[in-house]
Amino acid sequence: MLELKQITKVFNKDTPNPIHALRNVSLNLGQGEFVVLIGNNGAGKSTLLNAVAGVFEIDGGQILIDGRDVTGLPEFKRADLVGRVFQDPKEGVAVTLSLEENVSLGLLKGRCPGLGKCVSRSRRRQVANVLGGFGLGLESRLSDMALVLSGGQRQCLALCMATAIVPKILLLDEHDESLDPKTANLVMGLTEQIVRSHRITTIMVTHNLERAMHYGDRLLMMVAGEIVLDLRADERKKVGHSELLSFFEEGTKK
Amino acid sequence: MLDTLNISLTQGCAYGVMVLGVLVSFRLLDFPDLSVDGTFVLGASVTAVLIGSGVNPFLGLILAILCGFAAGCLTGVLNTKLGVSKLLSGILVMTMLYSINLRVMGRPNMPLLNVPTVTGLIEGDRWLGGFELLVFFAGLAVAIKLLLDWFLVTEWGTVLRAVGDNEQVVKSIGVDTDLVKIVGLGLANSLVALSGSLVAQYQGFADIGMGMGMIVVGIASVLVGESITEALSFIKKHIALSRRRTLAAVIGAFVYQLIIASCLRLGLAPTDLKLATGIMVVAVLLLRSRKRSELASKIFRY
Repeated sequence: MLELKQITKVFNKDTPNPIHALRNVSLNLGQGEFVVLIGNNGAGKSTLLNAVAGVFEIDGGQILIDGRDVTGLPEFKRADLVGRVFQDPKEGVAVTLSLEENVSLGLLKGRCPGLGKCVSRSRRRQVANVLGGFGLGLESRLSDMALVLSGGQRQCLALCMATAIVPKILLLDEHDESLDPKTANLVMGLTEQIVRSHRITTIMVTHNLERAMHYGDRLLMMVAGEIVLDLRADERKKVGHSELLSFFEEGTKK
Repeated sequence: MLDTLNISLTQGCAYGVMVLGVLVSFRLLDFPDLSVDGTFVLGASVTAVLIGSGVNPFLGLILAILCGFAAGCLTGVLNTKLGVSKLLSGILVMTMLYSINLRVMGRPNMPLLNVPTVTGLIEGDRWLGGFELLVFFAGLAVAIKLLLDWFLVTEWGTVLRAVGDNEQVVKSIGVDTDLVKIVGLGLANSLVALSGSLVAQYQGFADIGMGMGMIVVGIASVLVGESITEALSFIKKHIALSRRRTLAAVIGAFVYQLIIASCLRLGLAPTDLKLATGIMVVAVLLLRSRKRSELASKIFRY
């Protein structure tokens, strides 16, 4: 579903201190595979997600999503393939728009916007259905501005918008990070539910090792722009928490 | 007194169209677009020249709108495609339009006497302040407000509002945000040019200096109007944000004209009005910053 072939990205290229954020990273994800990506700050996790999303052009290599070469495409031209949730709950929603307007925008994905009503009656029903499945009671607050939602609720809304039209690839960039433990668990539960029920190919970045051990079918660790650890779920079980930590420390020393 | 009210209302409606344009760029797109100072005059000068050479005044209005649209798009292209900052791209277009407007008119001032203007056709033989004129301008301003209300809840309009709020959301649904900004600025400036055209016909001349400080007048009107609509709880409760904003623009335009008329009655010289306008903006912003909650700061952004 997602194929990365030897992709590289260098920031500050023409300066004395170029930063090699991605060094010949290759990765192959099958349909429905849920991958957790860990690594310390500056390891290149976010750069990897940004490369897949098309935030910038990569300096070498090739990116294929669902067999389609998207390497040179700008972000908005591959948006119909990619869904994204960010660390900051403010980044994923438009706060001066109502809940239903936000989700309706999510439902517009891959279509050219027209001059029809954005929140049409049929779309409102669709929105209520999607939000109703979350069990947060958001479906009864459709006309509220997203501004009045809490961080956790906003993150759920963002998740809903990113997956309203089921994407080929879902990118979760520490989307559990800025939430309190209880809310983070709720968001993670919802994430698992959505990812599994639609069998969405997913890359989730997290700093929480507990969650990294618990969620997903595959664990990747990045150090200095390279993937240094790639464990399947059964292998991951054998590796204990402390061992993972030592991997982390080794990686930092490099 | 009644005369003052009548004239303020009429002018408020004529300038109200401009304020709706400023609302689109300044508030909805979060783009403080200084090209407004130029496009206002562009609308006036294009209309003046066309009417002067015998073109139907209503056709003159439409061509003014198209010229404003083109100028607004240029600002958008400078900002999005060439990476010029928002403020600078507006300033560039405003400055270039100064020369263009002089070229269009061929002189700095062009009277519209003894030619058929839209306002002339409506008020017949009477001079400024006719009641028919008020009805016409008010109808036009309200019609444009309603049209904008309709547009803002369409898919396109919602995308436009989302661009001013959070560009990332729009990018991630696969819409080209550059295009939205360019068209949005075109739309905003076509309203401004229409307003310039109306004002020129109403006052009987187009003048190269008539757009000076227009963006500040627009922003002042938006801010004054918002202060009123956000303070009235029954409006806040029953009217959705985007409708409330267009309503604020129209109310603000009128109240602004009323304040200006009162300033003149109190003995201020017309040349003092720009100072008065600036002080008004600062005063409203100052009052606002005292009760800055997340909601207020997000809606007002300043």
